[in-house]
Amino acid sequence: MVKEIEKSGIPVVHLCTIVPISKTVGANRIVPTIAIPYPLGNPTLTKKEEKELRRGIVEKAIIALETEITEQTVFQ
Amino acid sequence: MSKYKVVHYINQFYAGIGGEDMANYKPEKREGYVGPGQAFKSAFKGNAEICATIVCGDSYYNENMEEARKQILEMIKEEDPDLFIAGPAFNAGRYGMACGDIAKAVEKELGIKSFTGMYLENPGADSYKKDIYIIETKNSAAGMRKAVKKMTSFAMKLLDGKDILSPAEEGYIKRGIRKNIFAEKRGSERSVDMLIKKLNKEKFTTEYPMPKFDRVPPSPAIKDMSKAKIAIVTSGGIVPKHNPDNIESSSASKYGKYSIRRFKEVICDDYETAHGGYDPSYANEDADRVIPMDVLRDMEKSKRIGKLYDFFYTTTGNGTAVANSIAFASEIAQELKSEGVDAVILTST
Repeated sequence: MVKEIEKSGIPVVHLCTIVPISKTVGANRIVPTIAIPYPLGNPTLTKKEEKELRRGIVEKAIIALETEITEQTVFQ
Repeated sequence: MSKYKVVHYINQFYAGIGGEDMANYKPEKREGYVGPGQAFKSAFKGNAEICATIVCGDSYYNENMEEARKQILEMIKEEDPDLFIAGPAFNAGRYGMACGDIAKAVEKELGIKSFTGMYLENPGADSYKKDIYIIETKNSAAGMRKAVKKMTSFAMKLLDGKDILSPAEEGYIKRGIRKNIFAEKRGSERSVDMLIKKLNKEKFTTEYPMPKFDRVPPSPAIKDMSKAKIAIVTSGGIVPKHNPDNIESSSASKYGKYSIRRFKEVICDDYETAHGGYDPSYANEDADRVIPMDVLRDMEKSKRIGKLYDFFYTTTGNGTAVANSIAFASEIAQELKSEGVDAVILTST
């Protein structure tokens, strides 16, 4: 799906936990996430801390979309 | 004749420990065969025996790859087997990644022959086919009997040190390896033969298939994020409560498009996940854990982004055919283009 949308010229940032799969599939902008059942959260944290964690990842995703790249890039 | 010793790797599901709720199960070694190992045992007909089985949860392996790999390599080393078999994983993505990764490590780091089996579209196949032999199987466990038969005869060939023939003859997924052979006719003659067949519209087999480069060049970056319209797409199966469009929990044949216009902040009580390939309890409790709408709304307010697109797109990426995913995404992309969406955040579980 990432590739098919990117083909249309719209940049896509892929947020996923298993980065090797994302690389194999061919995503260009990749941001690693927390865990498979909760990529953008962590149930052991308080709601407030969890949102902060999520904000950090989404901010990375936004930066990835603002960054010109020439090859597959993982934004750590 | 002394029997060959084999170590087998399976996930928490095939070990009968549990489903997604037990996917974080840590690596464990058990004596003898477990689960599908029994079928291998009978297929080996006493020529080889499974001396130990390693069990590991799919999420545990994929989320802690280096640690899991290290622990499991230690366990295998202790057994000093003649062969290591992982799976078969069929179309289970995380299981396939784990099987591919551990089989590669066993061969490379321990120097023990190893291989696995899975469906061609399993992400583990593309990731590891260059490193190891992967016997091609059907996409579900309904193909177990056939898979075990193919994998057992392949195992015996490896154990007996016999020559491994071409992918078509042995049933493994093409590794991109070229091997020198003596041909009866010389190259010029063979190529003219192919050309004549082609001109006569007859079938012929090329000796050098062109590699398929399935890559898309990166799209340009967003210049002014404060004016950009961002859309959310997910393969994590987030749907309105009770899944009104009945998106399948696996092998999805459709995707959903749902309005988030009326949601200003979190969406936890109205949404759940239809995905059948991971423990749904966390996403059901708070869907923001899969689609970060709360944070994006905040960013919209603070002008970090221009606008969050009024709809999100969703499907379940669980054994979903590549052809279906392409069809979904090409429709989605067209809509996004015509709606003036500038960038996409795609989340996967």
